Amino acid sequence: MSTSPVDLQHDPHGHGDDAHGHPEDPHHQHHFTTMEQQFDTSKIGMWLFLATEVLLFGGLFVGFGMMQARFPEQFKEAHEHLQRPLGALNTVVLLFSSWSMVMGVLAARTNQRKKLVIFMIITIVCACIFLGVKYFEYSHKFEEGLLPGHFYTHHGDKIPLVRDANGNTPNGYATFFSFYFMMTGLHGIHILVGIGLLAWIAIRGNRGEFNSSYYTPVDLVGLYWHLVDLIWIYLFPLYYLIS
Amino acid sequence: MSEHTQNPKAEAAVYLKTLIALLILTGITVGASYIHFGSGAANVVVALTIATIKAILVALFFMHLLHDKPVNGLIAAAGFIFLGLFLMFTLLDFDSRNDYQPRNLPTVAAPPAAPAATSPAPAPTPEKH
Repeated sequence: MSTSPVDLQHDPHGHGDDAHGHPEDPHHQHHFTTMEQQFDTSKIGMWLFLATEVLLFGGLFVGFGMMQARFPEQFKEAHEHLQRPLGALNTVVLLFSSWSMVMGVLAARTNQRKKLVIFMIITIVCACIFLGVKYFEYSHKFEEGLLPGHFYTHHGDKIPLVRDANGNTPNGYATFFSFYFMMTGLHGIHILVGIGLLAWIAIRGNRGEFNSSYYTPVDLVGLYWHLVDLIWIYLFPLYYLIS
Repeated sequence: MSEHTQNPKAEAAVYLKTLIALLILTGITVGASYIHFGSGAANVVVALTIATIKAILVALFFMHLLHDKPVNGLIAAAGFIFLGLFLMFTLLDFDSRNDYQPRNLPTVAAPPAAPAATSPAPAPTPEKH
């Protein structure tokens, strides 16, 4: 695996023509035989990261399921505080953004620089709409005191809280909103990170840095964005559609 | 990269069809949420089944798993399989714990239980706050 100093002198960038004798690509790193191998390796790394993301959110989903089973009546009532049309709107917005993302990847792969930038901007706009709707929903809940844990101050819940044998008053409503804010908040942070990544792709794409032989960042950001969409596909029915 | 063999126009058409299918499924799942399928659990099963179909569509077409190297699909599947194991064993545990049921919640007519009568154990529970 070592590169002799002699080689480095001959080839200051540490790489030469690939195995097929193609002219060297400036993005080609010397430890990969071909650009294709380099792309596939990056992609495997991204998928490994996505698998950890699935498990990260998975833990929260399992916890949510447990608490749903522990406080069925209170959770059912708490679900009613979420506005179904807003959740559905956000679902449509995210699905559309996923489509524009995949169209952007296609544009990068087929050397359509302008199209790539346009699709990235559409995706960013969709992400901003999503966050705008979320802001509206959150501020509404802040006003009503529908907050996590002991911050919960909402009045008018149907099921009175009763102290258990240990002197605690387990509150299913507050538990519901702990999970709601944790899961949608973590998802929202992923959207924010995604906006940054999409802007980065748009700027680099505008400079013409991507083409059919090098579009790895576009593809990987695409995978990330679709995962964020995929998580929302599960968040939406579990939070908004159960009653 | 097998993706290169496809015609870009045909590929764009596949993406558009995928989007339309996803939007239709979203409509169906919202519509289904207004129908009562007998029990709350049945509604959850319906919603999660539709969500899973949507997730599979996203993974196969938007995330290119259909035409991608199998190793990527394997990694994705592994993530979900381990999540499934996690969920399964947690639920098994939940089912086997009777004391984990929400005993703190009053049933319809039950008066708030007198703490002294039911708990002979450590006498006055220390008040928090």
